[in-house]
Amino acid sequence: MKKNSIYTLVALVAVVAFIFFAQSNLDNFTLRILNLCAIFAILGLSLNLINGFTGQFSLGHAGFMAIGAYTTAILTISPAMKQMIYVNVPIVKCLENLRAPFPIALIIAGLLTAVIGFFVSAPVLKLKGDYLAIATLGFSEIIRILFTNMSSITNGAAGLKAIPQATNLWWTFGIVAVTTLVLTSLINSSYGRALKAIREDEIAAESMGINLFKHKIIAFVIGAFFAGVGGGLLGNLITSIDPNYFKFTITFNILLIVVLGGIGSITGSIIAAFIVTIVDQMLVALDMPMNLGFINYPGIPGIRMVVFSAALMLVVLFYRNGLMGTNEFSWDGFFGLFKRKKKTGGAK
Amino acid sequence: MNLGTFFQHMTNGISLGSLYALIAIGYTMVYGILRLINFAHGDIFMMSMYFAFLGVAVFGLPWYIVFPLVIVFTGLFGMGVEKITYKPLRDAPKISILISAIGASFLLENVATVFFSGLPKVFPVPEIFARVIKIGSVSIQVISFIIPVVTIVFLIGLLYLINKTKTGMAMRAVSKDYETARIMGIDVNRTISITFGVGSMLAAVGGLMWGSKFQQITPLMGIMPGLKCFIAAVIGGIGNVKGAVMGGFILGMGEILLVAFFPAYTGYRDAFAFVLLIVILLVKPTGLTGEKIAEKV
Repeated sequence: MKKNSIYTLVALVAVVAFIFFAQSNLDNFTLRILNLCAIFAILGLSLNLINGFTGQFSLGHAGFMAIGAYTTAILTISPAMKQMIYVNVPIVKCLENLRAPFPIALIIAGLLTAVIGFFVSAPVLKLKGDYLAIATLGFSEIIRILFTNMSSITNGAAGLKAIPQATNLWWTFGIVAVTTLVLTSLINSSYGRALKAIREDEIAAESMGINLFKHKIIAFVIGAFFAGVGGGLLGNLITSIDPNYFKFTITFNILLIVVLGGIGSITGSIIAAFIVTIVDQMLVALDMPMNLGFINYPGIPGIRMVVFSAALMLVVLFYRNGLMGTNEFSWDGFFGLFKRKKKTGGAK
Repeated sequence: MNLGTFFQHMTNGISLGSLYALIAIGYTMVYGILRLINFAHGDIFMMSMYFAFLGVAVFGLPWYIVFPLVIVFTGLFGMGVEKITYKPLRDAPKISILISAIGASFLLENVATVFFSGLPKVFPVPEIFARVIKIGSVSIQVISFIIPVVTIVFLIGLLYLINKTKTGMAMRAVSKDYETARIMGIDVNRTISITFGVGSMLAAVGGLMWGSKFQQITPLMGIMPGLKCFIAAVIGGIGNVKGAVMGGFILGMGEILLVAFFPAYTGYRDAFAFVLLIVILLVKPTGLTGEKIAEKV
C-alpha cells in the first residue's frame, strides 16, 4: 500500500515536470493537441458519469458544452472587443461590461451549466433508454438553435471571435486531475454504489430504497458541471466558437471516447481521450494528398470521418467492452501486466 | 392573410406532413419490433435520393424506370444495414445497439460525403412533377398534390400488408412478443429483415417525393428530417402505423403554421419539433395513441 502511494507521487511529479517542460518548450501545434486531449478527457469523464456509471443514455453533451463555452467566452472577452465583435446586433447592456478572470469565469460557466442541467434533467429524467437519448439530443439541438437566434447575447450564427487564449496545460491537466478526483470519490461513496445499482437494474435499485430521481439528478448535474467547464476550456483554446461547432458530431466524438475506453471506467475514458484526439489529428493527413513513394495518394476529403465512424462501429460490434471494460488502473494491475507479458514471452 | 395564401399554406402543410408520415412509418415499424431507434433511417432516406441522382443524372435512365428501381434497391439497402448493424448485437445491451446505430448513421453520412462531396447536388425532378398550377392568385407545384396521393396509396398498401398477409401477421406477432413468436415457429430474423426492408422502401418513396419538392440533395440532409420523423412517430405513439401518420401530419402542419403566422420565429422552426416532443413525452409518454405499458420485473 505504502509502496503504491510512492509510485503515485513519482508519477504525479513526472506529470508536473512534463507540463513544466512542455508549456515552455513544445510548439503551438503540439500544445494545442495536448490541451485538446485533456479537454476531451474531462468531457469523456463527465459523459461517462451519466452514461457509464448511471446508465442514463444522454446525448446532450454538445448543449452543455455550448453553454459553458459561451459563458466563459463572454466573461473573458474585453468590453472594447465585444463592441467590435457584435456588429449586427449590439450586445445586451448588462453583459457588455461584465468581466471575470479566467478561473472564475470557468467556475461560473460550470455552475450555470449545472443549473441549466438541473432544470433540463428534472423533467427529462422521467424518461428511459431511447426516449431519454432523443429528448437530451433534442435539448442540445434547441440550445444550438437558441444560440443561433439570440444575437444580442451570442452574436448569432457568426459566433464569437478573438476569445483570449487563456487555456494552457496547467489548467487542462489540473482540471483533469480535479475531475478524476471528484468522480473517483463520488463513485466509491455510497452515492456511487447507488448509481451503479441504478445502472444494473432500476426496479431492483428502487425496491432497495434508492431514490432513483435524486441520484440520477446528482449524476446529471455533476456531469453537466464538468461538461460546462470542458466547454469553457475548449472555447478559450480554439479562440473562436459558433453555434455550428456544437452539433451532434461533437457529442458523437465524446461518445466514441467513452465507448472505446470502456463504459464505466474512469481510466478508460482518459486513455481513450488521448488516443482518439491524437489519432483524429493524424487522420487529418488522410484528407490531404501525399506521395508515398510507390503510389500517389490523391487525398480524399472527408475520409477521416469515415474511418472514425467505422472505428466506432467496429468497437461496438467486436470489442464491446472497450479498452478497460469497467476496470480501473491500479499499480498492482499495472505491474501484473508486465509480469504476465514476460511469462507469455518466455513461453514462446 | 387572404384565402389564397391560407390555401397555399395548407397545401404546403399537407404535403410536408405526408412526407414526415412516410418516413415516420419506418421508425415506428422498426421500433415496434426491435424496441430501438433506427438512427440510420434518416440516412437511408438520404441515400435513396442519391441513388435516384445516380440513376438519372449519371446513367441517364428515364425517371419512370429509375424511381421504382430506387425504391426496391433502397429496401435491399436497408436490409443490408440491418444485417451489419443490428443483427450481430441482437442479445447485446441496448446501449451497444444504440451506439452501433449512431455509428451506422455517421458512416453513411460520411461515405456519402466522400462519394458525392459535401456540395449540394440537383435532384433530377421529373418534368411533370415540377409544373406549376395557377388557381386564382395562388400558384402551387403539381408535386404538392402528388405527395398526399402517393402517401395514401402506399399507406393503404402497407396496412394491407400488415393486417391481411401472413408476413404482416408475423410482424405483428414479433412486435407483441419476441420470444413467444419464436416458439410459434416464426422466423424472427427474417421478419425483422422484411420490416427493415419495408420501412426503407417507404423512406425511399419519401425521399423521391422530398427530392422532387425541395430539389436539392446533400449528404447531411437526412439528419433533421430523420430526427423530426422520429419525433412524429413518438408523438403519434410509437409502434403504431396510424399514430405515425397522425404525428407526421401534426408536425408538418404545425411547422408550416408556425412559419405562416409567426414569421419572426422562422429561425426557431427546427426547435418546434423538439419542444413539442419534450412536452408530449412529459404529458403522455406513450404518445397520443399509445397505451400505458406496465413495467415488468
